[in-house]
Amino acid sequence: MLDLVWLIPALPLAGFLLILLTGRRLGDPRAGYLATTMCAGAFVVTAGVFLKLMSLPAEERHHVRRLFSWMPVGSLHIDLSFLADPLSITMCLFVTGIGTLIHLYAVGYMHGDARYSKFFLYLNLFALSMLLLVLGENLVVTFLGWEGVGACSYFLISFWHERESAATAGKKAFVTNRVGDWGFIVAMFFAFQATGTLSYRGLAEAAPHLAPATAAAIAGFAFVGACGKSAQLPLYLWLPDAMEGPTPVSALIHAATMVTAGVFLMTRMSPVLHAAAHFGLFGGHVSVSTVVAVVGAVTALFAATVAVAQNDIKKVLAYSTVSQLGYMFLAVGSGAYVAAIFHMVTHAFFKALLFLGAGSVIHGMHHEQDMRKMGALRLLMPVTAGTFIVGWLAIAGVPPFAGFWSKDEILLFAWDKSPVLYVIGLVTALLTAYYMTRQVIMVFFGEARWHDAHAEHGAHGDAHRPHESPWIMVGPLVALAGLSIVGGFIQLPFSASVKRLEHWLAPVVEGSEHRLRGNVDDLKYVFMAIAVVVAVAGIVAAYLVYAKRRVEPVEPAILANGWYYDQAVSDFMGGPGREAFEGVAWADANVLDGAVRGSGAVVRAGAGELRKVQTGNMRTYAAAVGAGVVALLAWFVLRGVL
Amino acid sequence: MTPTADVFVGPPIQWSSLSPMLILLGVAVVLLVAAALTPRWPRRTYALVAVGGALAAVVVAVCLWHGRGLSAWSGSADPTTGSSDPVRFLVGGAMRFDAFALWLTVIVGLAVALSVLVTDDYLEREGLSRLAPEIYALYLTAGLGAVVMGMANDLIVLFLGLEILSLSLYVLAASHRRRTQSQESALKYFILGGVASAVFLYGVALIYGASGSTNYTRALAAFVQNISPHRSEAMALAGVGLLLVGLGFKAAAVPFHMWAPDVYQGAPTPVTGFMASAAKAGAFAAMLRVLVVALPTWSADYRPIVWVMAVLTLVVGSVMAVAQTNVKRMLAFSSISHAGFLLVGVEAAIHDTTHAHPGDGVPSTMLYLLLYAVLVIGTFAVVTLVGRTGDGATDLAGFRGLARQRPVLAVAMTVLLVAQAGVPLTSGFVAKFGVITAAVGEHSYALAIIAMVAAVIAAYLYLRIMISMWVAEPDAADAGREPVGTPLLTSIVIAIAVAVTVVVGVAPGWLISLAQHVR
Amino acid sequence: MIAVAVTSTWYLVLAAVLFGIGLAGVMIRRNPLIMFMCIELMLNAVNLSFVTLANHLGDIGGQTTVLFVMVVAAAEVVVGLGIIVAILRRRPGATADDLSELKG
Repeated sequence: MLDLVWLIPALPLAGFLLILLTGRRLGDPRAGYLATTMCAGAFVVTAGVFLKLMSLPAEERHHVRRLFSWMPVGSLHIDLSFLADPLSITMCLFVTGIGTLIHLYAVGYMHGDARYSKFFLYLNLFALSMLLLVLGENLVVTFLGWEGVGACSYFLISFWHERESAATAGKKAFVTNRVGDWGFIVAMFFAFQATGTLSYRGLAEAAPHLAPATAAAIAGFAFVGACGKSAQLPLYLWLPDAMEGPTPVSALIHAATMVTAGVFLMTRMSPVLHAAAHFGLFGGHVSVSTVVAVVGAVTALFAATVAVAQNDIKKVLAYSTVSQLGYMFLAVGSGAYVAAIFHMVTHAFFKALLFLGAGSVIHGMHHEQDMRKMGALRLLMPVTAGTFIVGWLAIAGVPPFAGFWSKDEILLFAWDKSPVLYVIGLVTALLTAYYMTRQVIMVFFGEARWHDAHAEHGAHGDAHRPHESPWIMVGPLVALAGLSIVGGFIQLPFSASVKRLEHWLAPVVEGSEHRLRGNVDDLKYVFMAIAVVVAVAGIVAAYLVYAKRRVEPVEPAILANGWYYDQAVSDFMGGPGREAFEGVAWADANVLDGAVRGSGAVVRAGAGELRKVQTGNMRTYAAAVGAGVVALLAWFVLRGVL
Repeated sequence: MTPTADVFVGPPIQWSSLSPMLILLGVAVVLLVAAALTPRWPRRTYALVAVGGALAAVVVAVCLWHGRGLSAWSGSADPTTGSSDPVRFLVGGAMRFDAFALWLTVIVGLAVALSVLVTDDYLEREGLSRLAPEIYALYLTAGLGAVVMGMANDLIVLFLGLEILSLSLYVLAASHRRRTQSQESALKYFILGGVASAVFLYGVALIYGASGSTNYTRALAAFVQNISPHRSEAMALAGVGLLLVGLGFKAAAVPFHMWAPDVYQGAPTPVTGFMASAAKAGAFAAMLRVLVVALPTWSADYRPIVWVMAVLTLVVGSVMAVAQTNVKRMLAFSSISHAGFLLVGVEAAIHDTTHAHPGDGVPSTMLYLLLYAVLVIGTFAVVTLVGRTGDGATDLAGFRGLARQRPVLAVAMTVLLVAQAGVPLTSGFVAKFGVITAAVGEHSYALAIIAMVAAVIAAYLYLRIMISMWVAEPDAADAGREPVGTPLLTSIVIAIAVAVTVVVGVAPGWLISLAQHVR
Repeated sequence: MIAVAVTSTWYLVLAAVLFGIGLAGVMIRRNPLIMFMCIELMLNAVNLSFVTLANHLGDIGGQTTVLFVMVVAAAEVVVGLGIIVAILRRRPGATADDLSELKG
């Protein structure tokens, strides 16, 4: 069974080729079903490999399937080979599992699109690339997948390229990702130079003998790569814009799978990161791990504050994704690799659910994305609303939903790393609960504001009433909702026997996983209680602001306590708070975007100036040759004299 | 010593080893004579004869490659390159015959064959078929010159090769009689090329003065023994500098690159592809030979220069490409950026001269040249088609809506551009990976990192062309344009280029192993 | 009468000066024909160097090289004049500065 691991990427490849050759003839919806079948087949194979691995003793859960020697260059031998171990198979399980659900959803969502089969072509190509990324046995195969998912992401973001904004967003994603790719390549070369190998096993074996500075360089550049792919500060910019793509793409690529590739890479490189712990910047105080943790924490908080001021239903979720990815890097930086993977899995469940739910709303609202024009949709879209609420509870950190357990574990390790990081994480959790509640209220509760929006359509207004989506879209929602409820049970903090994910991943991360100090572990119930309080506080705050405000005039003044609080929060949110949030949003739109556009502009301006040198007059060119001659001779004269 | 003055005893000439060059020259002569003396041959016959000649040269080179190490070989391990592959000196030590020379012959032969195929369709479209035999003869002689440059073991032979190549290219650049751009580019190329040749020749004279010989082997021996140190050092260094200028000019290295964009844009598009492949291969082969074989004693002096040239070439090539709107010009700057990558390989090769065990500098550069030659000819073949009658529609607008009109052609172009950007699973990645690995192997980290940054910048330019093809809608002004034709021979060339790009990208192992023999 | 020994260095300096004049001429002059003549001047300056060095080194190689260079220069004349004539026929009186359609 383990030798069949090559089938996992081969099936989406087959789907890709089939649709490439016959896509137009298959058409709508058969091309979609074909793609879905291939992805589901990959899931079945993955499950088989998973069961086989489970049946092996822990130390034997490492199987390499070598297909062929790909690049023999001197002492460097790169094979096209796949690695089946707990980490890769965990990734494969949720990539193919969630991938299948999203494929199915897209069969309904994309119905009637002019380029229907092309969409599934890209989607299968993406699945192939993502599986290569996670299954690769060496950095080069991973890089191959890394580039592949980037390219698919670019194609799919600008899928509706008739829209100027979609084409621009695609370009932005492409350019930003190239910066990250550069980091990856540099890390690869450093790793090869230092260890003479690029295979993960070889790296893990060589890592303890690396000089700390070398290990820090490898880990640092890998982190640059991870920042680009996983949308961390300062490279997160492309992700919110990526929402221009069709919603299933946002769910699959920009929430559940591709953006977690950076976290995956850092986990794979954990032995190197561990070896780098002894190298510190600024007088030895700041190790690479600390940088990772700080970047993660700051990104988490930053994105959460921005999410509070968004009105586009998908933009809220996009910033939320950036924020949750920040949590994962906070975990990686704190040495909590299991917690990072745990949160990656639960996040994949509930964020895919939320995106698909948002897609269902957008579908039902006839491509309206502004939450100010929604409201009261729970009556018309009961299943979407119900599942969305499950996702909301999960992300907000309400027990026993999945998000609670994984977030709690990260916060525990963050405390162990530094109380400051813990507080940042906690504030982020508060804001997360707040903005998600705000979103749920604005979309599904309150009064229906969409009548106004569609009133001008007059007579056939009824045709424009929001409606529930077809079963093929709702089905995946229900499945994901179920996973969001029970997903947390794969790793419960109560005793060693229920930490199943930790046991499962132990062979991969054992050497580098941080051990909690004894007293921190004893305090875990206190932390749990704090987390629950924070989540509830966020929800209540949003409820008071966004639900209660409407009934404010009829509330008797006697119920002052709650009311004054409401007033204070409203004042703060409507006044300085809102300004601050909007300021952050403004800074995001102008300062950071500006920096990216600016460096592009610098290149263009530089090129523009250089073009003036290229006069077209051959006498100028001859002068350039002459100047080159003089410069060369001058150099030799200087060398000769000095 | 010959006993009497009236008996001249020439050096022994190993005709079999020279046969690839003789084939190129012979077919060129046949074409010229036929054009002058016989009535017009039927359509495509001239092209098939020229392609046959070029491919015959390739086949002979491959046979000779397999024959290495057999009885024909008299040489032993070459002390100058440390290669275990034998090397043999021909024509009284004026030429060297080894795996390097054969590899270059294959590159140039393929470039000639592919370019002739594209040119045949081009000439027919432009109504210039009358010129066919002369133009193919010029391709063949240019190829001959490039091969001579790489095989030379004497600076004067190198100069002759350089001139055979250059003079053929000047005429080829001017060959579209009705386009003023073609004429302008030819004149620019001629005047500037003439200056560069003269500078190069002056360098040869100074090396001759410093070492007493223009022969690589004897010059090296003289430098190693350090005869009359003081005066000859200044002279030798000046000579090295001037040689670098001359070769840098042919290779289009910054700051000697300025002719390249104008000439690439003005020349007939198939000729541009040929310049970017065969001429570049000849220039870099000669550069490697001169620097690594003849002048390693001065490597500490010229290595910083090559380093600076590599950085400038990478940066200027990539940055300038971003600001262009004409695809031929963009690709010209892209070709400059590729020259920067090749210089990264050359820089690594120069490091090798100081070690007992040479690294991968030479093989990775030569592999790059082979892969890039196929890639760039394919790319310019697509540009030739999109240029339409008159060879004028090569601005970005000409590519608008190509995906809708000619989807297969657009896919092919996309593959080629993606490969030029160095994306994995294409030959471009294999090539770039090779030179950067070689640079890292010689601890040139800064150069490797700059090269990767340049690749990132350059990626934007390929993206722009792709966007024009796939995303942009043809606007009203495009409605009147003639449709893009896909004649047979050009289509074959594009198909070959794409196939090589993908096959080598997916399974490069065998080619990399073969290239290891090239030292 | 002061006897000045004319050493080979003098010839080398003369050659360098001639080469410089040729290079400067290409940069300064506008007429394509004159530019071309300047290139010929550069080549002949190199020839002078070769002959001088051959004489100095007592080696025949440098002098035979000059023959090769002369052949190459002759071939360049053929090609160069062909190109220049083709351009001047189309655009009489065109200078190097006029031929700058390709730029940027």
